[in-house]
Amino acid sequence: MKPKQTMDTSPGTVGEGLRQRGVTRREFLKFCTAMTGMLALPPSMAKVMAEAISKARRQSVIWLSFQECTGCTESITRSHSPTLETLIFDLISLDYHHTLQAASGAAAEHAREQAMKDNDGKYLLIVDGSIPMGNPGYSTIAGISNYDMLVETAKGAAAIVAVGTCATYGGIPKANPNPTGAVSVADIIKDKPIINVPGCPPIPVVMTGVLTHFLTFGNIPELDALGRPKAFYGETIHDRCYRRPFYDQGKFAETFDDEAARKGWCLFKLGCKGPVTYNACATTKWNEGTSFPIESGHGCIGCSEPNFWDAGPLYKALSMPVSATGSMLGAAAAAGAAAGVAVTWYNRSTKAQAKAAHAKVTVQELTREEK
Amino acid sequence: MNHLDLLTFARGSALNWALIIFVAGVVLRFFEIFGLSRKTDLARPRTDSPGSGWRTMFTRSIPPQGMLKREPVTYIAGYVFHLGLFLAIFFFAPHIEFFRSITGLTWPALPSALVDASVVAAIVALAVLLAHRLNNPVKRMLSGFGDYLAWTVTLLPLLTGYMAYHHLMLEYTLMLSLHIFSVELLLVLLPFTKLFHTFSVFVSRWYNGDFFGRKGVAS
Repeated sequence: MKPKQTMDTSPGTVGEGLRQRGVTRREFLKFCTAMTGMLALPPSMAKVMAEAISKARRQSVIWLSFQECTGCTESITRSHSPTLETLIFDLISLDYHHTLQAASGAAAEHAREQAMKDNDGKYLLIVDGSIPMGNPGYSTIAGISNYDMLVETAKGAAAIVAVGTCATYGGIPKANPNPTGAVSVADIIKDKPIINVPGCPPIPVVMTGVLTHFLTFGNIPELDALGRPKAFYGETIHDRCYRRPFYDQGKFAETFDDEAARKGWCLFKLGCKGPVTYNACATTKWNEGTSFPIESGHGCIGCSEPNFWDAGPLYKALSMPVSATGSMLGAAAAAGAAAGVAVTWYNRSTKAQAKAAHAKVTVQELTREEK
Repeated sequence: MNHLDLLTFARGSALNWALIIFVAGVVLRFFEIFGLSRKTDLARPRTDSPGSGWRTMFTRSIPPQGMLKREPVTYIAGYVFHLGLFLAIFFFAPHIEFFRSITGLTWPALPSALVDASVVAAIVALAVLLAHRLNNPVKRMLSGFGDYLAWTVTLLPLLTGYMAYHHLMLEYTLMLSLHIFSVELLLVLLPFTKLFHTFSVFVSRWYNGDFFGRKGVAS
């Protein structure tokens, strides 16, 4: 039997689909208004977005999962369910996603090939997980190495969305000593527009925002130097954190459960990486806007930054040395002392030599210079 | 290498090496200074002035009568700069965390806004002192490469720290890395330049006070 997903490759416009599901125009406009806000677009764009998305055909999406933990999929499909984030899945036609699709084995792979054929040059490729370059056998799907599958599927894609820190920057699999030789999507694919949506996992609404932007404008949002949409990754967690005023006042929690922590004081001393982490957690928050890690009492670990796992201990303040210790400095002082003794000995022997070489002059030896 | 990798390097092996050179250099210099020693002065002191050296260590911090009026820029800007730098180094919360991680000691921090103001004051004072050094013929004649080098490597950490805090010019993580690198440059150069006065100032003041006391000149 043909898998359901392949039958959805061109099922009419999004507007028709939404009406069939009983989504009113008012609800849809509210969604578009929220999205324009998220994407930092002028409010007038909400109506334009609604019109554009309603008329658009459901976007074919192929989702490839490589060296990953499925946390990204969990994040996107579950945390906001069943609200706007599931609604956005009505806007797309998810043709291949080996965690979510019903089909398996050859049928599943057939779904991917069919979607690639039917929507050549138009489908959106979403990737989560890093790609092992050490040995193709480290991670395969249906006997196809991650590298081969990525290169083959990327060929006909309109754009690629790398979801999660593994796909965007290598993530945990790439952490030192990187046993699988893990690399990111952008390390392999050079000729396609790539939108990086990092995070471990990324915020669902960021993912939704990127898809909405693509559906509305038919292109990718403005990206920063690391390929991230500026609308979501433009500011640091620290700069938008509700605990920021306490940082400025010099009020810090010393432990995770002291009085200061309960008062909501800054977690900088407990190792919070908010000052160097660019993400939207502090503004969009998680779990239907409930809270974000810092609000739950734990410092930011910087999971959306490249190589965050190797960026020093998670519980050391950002201003602390990564590895310098008192004993290291003690050894340096001892070495300095030893060198000092050597220099002193040299200086004193030079002095003694000069003294020994000093020839005394008597009055008789002096001669008056004739003017 | 992305900005976070650069920061990790700045906080990691770069900092380790800078600290090792700094600590070893300071100890080496002290051995060198004390080890060289002076000949014992066998002459009877002209005036009996016990504690002259110890007193001078502190009295030299106060301008002698009339000098404040004669050299107001040197004294006032000098005070403002040193005080501003001291507050920025030792009373900014992230800096205290740095010292805590190495020494285990901790003390209360000042609010960031106050530290910020003291950094601005220190930077302005440094600029004023440079202008004065260049415009005053005596100072200009006395100044050499070492003086301008010391001025530059002292300004850089203040400037990069200020710019990082206020998100100016460069991206924060990159600017923070540059701030740490500038501190590392300062640490590496400190034992071997005029900046060593940070450690030797009170030693030399004691020596001068004692020496002049014996000569019956001043204390």
